[in-house]
Amino acid sequence: MKRVAKITYIVLVILFLYLPIIALVVLSFNESKSMSVFTGFSLKWYEEMFSNRMIIKAIGNTFTIAITASITATIIGTLAAVGLGGMKAKQQNLLLGFNNVPLLNADIVTGISLLLTFLFFGISLNWGTVYLAHVTFCIPYVILSVRPRINKSSTLLYEAALDLGASKKYAFYKIVLPELRPGIVSGFLLAFTMSVDDFVITHFTRGAGINTISTLIYSQVKVGIRPSLFALSTIIFIMVLLVLIGVNILTDNKRKKLIY
Amino acid sequence: MRRYWKLIYKKSLASPFIVWIIAGTIIPILSIAYYGLTDRNGAFTFENIYAIFDKMHLQALWLSIVLAFISTVICFLISYPLALMLRSSKLGKKGLMLFIFILPMWMNFLLRTMAWQVLLEKNGVINSILSTIGLPPQEIINTPAAIVLGMVYDFLPFMILPIYNVLSKIDGQIIEAAYDLGANFKDVLLKVYLPLSIPGIASGITMVFVPSLTTFVISNILGGGKIYLIGNIIEQEFTVSSNWNLGAGLSLVMMVFILISMVFMEKFDKTGEDSFI
Repeated sequence: MKRVAKITYIVLVILFLYLPIIALVVLSFNESKSMSVFTGFSLKWYEEMFSNRMIIKAIGNTFTIAITASITATIIGTLAAVGLGGMKAKQQNLLLGFNNVPLLNADIVTGISLLLTFLFFGISLNWGTVYLAHVTFCIPYVILSVRPRINKSSTLLYEAALDLGASKKYAFYKIVLPELRPGIVSGFLLAFTMSVDDFVITHFTRGAGINTISTLIYSQVKVGIRPSLFALSTIIFIMVLLVLIGVNILTDNKRKKLIY
Repeated sequence: MRRYWKLIYKKSLASPFIVWIIAGTIIPILSIAYYGLTDRNGAFTFENIYAIFDKMHLQALWLSIVLAFISTVICFLISYPLALMLRSSKLGKKGLMLFIFILPMWMNFLLRTMAWQVLLEKNGVINSILSTIGLPPQEIINTPAAIVLGMVYDFLPFMILPIYNVLSKIDGQIIEAAYDLGANFKDVLLKVYLPLSIPGIASGITMVFVPSLTTFVISNILGGGKIYLIGNIIEQEFTVSSNWNLGAGLSLVMMVFILISMVFMEKFDKTGEDSFI
């Protein structure tokens, strides 16, 4: 009896979380424009989506920004995590405190603060400002994923490599970097996902005419939802699912690290 | 050994990061303060701060606090039993269960919110289900209730995760010991589970409360643009009225509330930075 109640509860929460997504998926295959009745199977909203230049352009923007910003953030963040390892605890804590600000702050404040900075220095809003903003909020995720690896990594192996005649560079690439790699990979993935998913900060720092998937959805929802957005949702959901399953299979026992 | 440590971990490697902190975090926060404390001509003023006492702004702030509070409480009430069940369940792999609850979080935030608009709309899915089973249609869309629903839906995983995290780390022997000493479930819940999970609860509360308090997207999509939260007021000052000074001043006021929430979390959450991600 108790077990039944438990399972019912868990199922109810799962239904609450998934019903909206399922509704979007079902409606994306609907023949009519109706938002409630399923009149027949059709792929026409997918056709409409793929022939909509705005949607395609927004998808392109989203991914170019996410890839460039997360690569930049991964480089800066990894270097920073390594650099922090050489600092005194006090310096480390101060810098990590600042590192936490974009993580803890509300997105709207981060977005506004960056917008005002751009305005103050007379930088006009365009693709570049979105890129800079995304790097800013991606770096903290990289640092938080790489740093635990640094503290764990032992310098003894590095020392041994040097004693055995390896050059510093060789020892760094062969000893230190492989130890950091899982942290770097999960940091990059986290940064990439955060960038793809961001709406608020992009909303404030984008120039006119530049849309990512999120900002496009926002402007479309205000005018009236078209079922082509349901098709887009379905594709995004399936992609997210595949990527997460792939990542989890690849890094099986590091699952926790990647999900959080 | 320490010598080698210094050899690998050169401080100078962090310099691009330090530059980025100054340009991307410190200067931007200062610029909110600058714009918030000056008028259009650049003269110092407190007017943008006092503007919070404007009736409309005060109402929006109050409504934001109330709705964020309600959503946080609902999220907690849903998450805690769930996390307890997940901790003790033998339902397959725990990792898989957790994955199921986290997956929606990775779906685009706007699409998730839009989904509720589709469900709640007058001629939407929920009303058509209600009418087929003979119940009267409900008008939930464009009400504060719809906004709370959206907040709970969007931020629920942020509550589940940290609570599950602390609960799963509690040693099972402590629980057994409590039962052996004659405690019933209520005692164990109130005297063992709850006190030990306070850090997770605190970070869950902050991670739901702060985004709910500051959102403008959920209220805009599910409130039909007629219900104003403080986030909507600030957003409009930037995108519609172009009154950056007023927007920045109101943001400063909002930041006070964010700071209070963070101090609250710091106080209880001794597990450190790792619990955020």
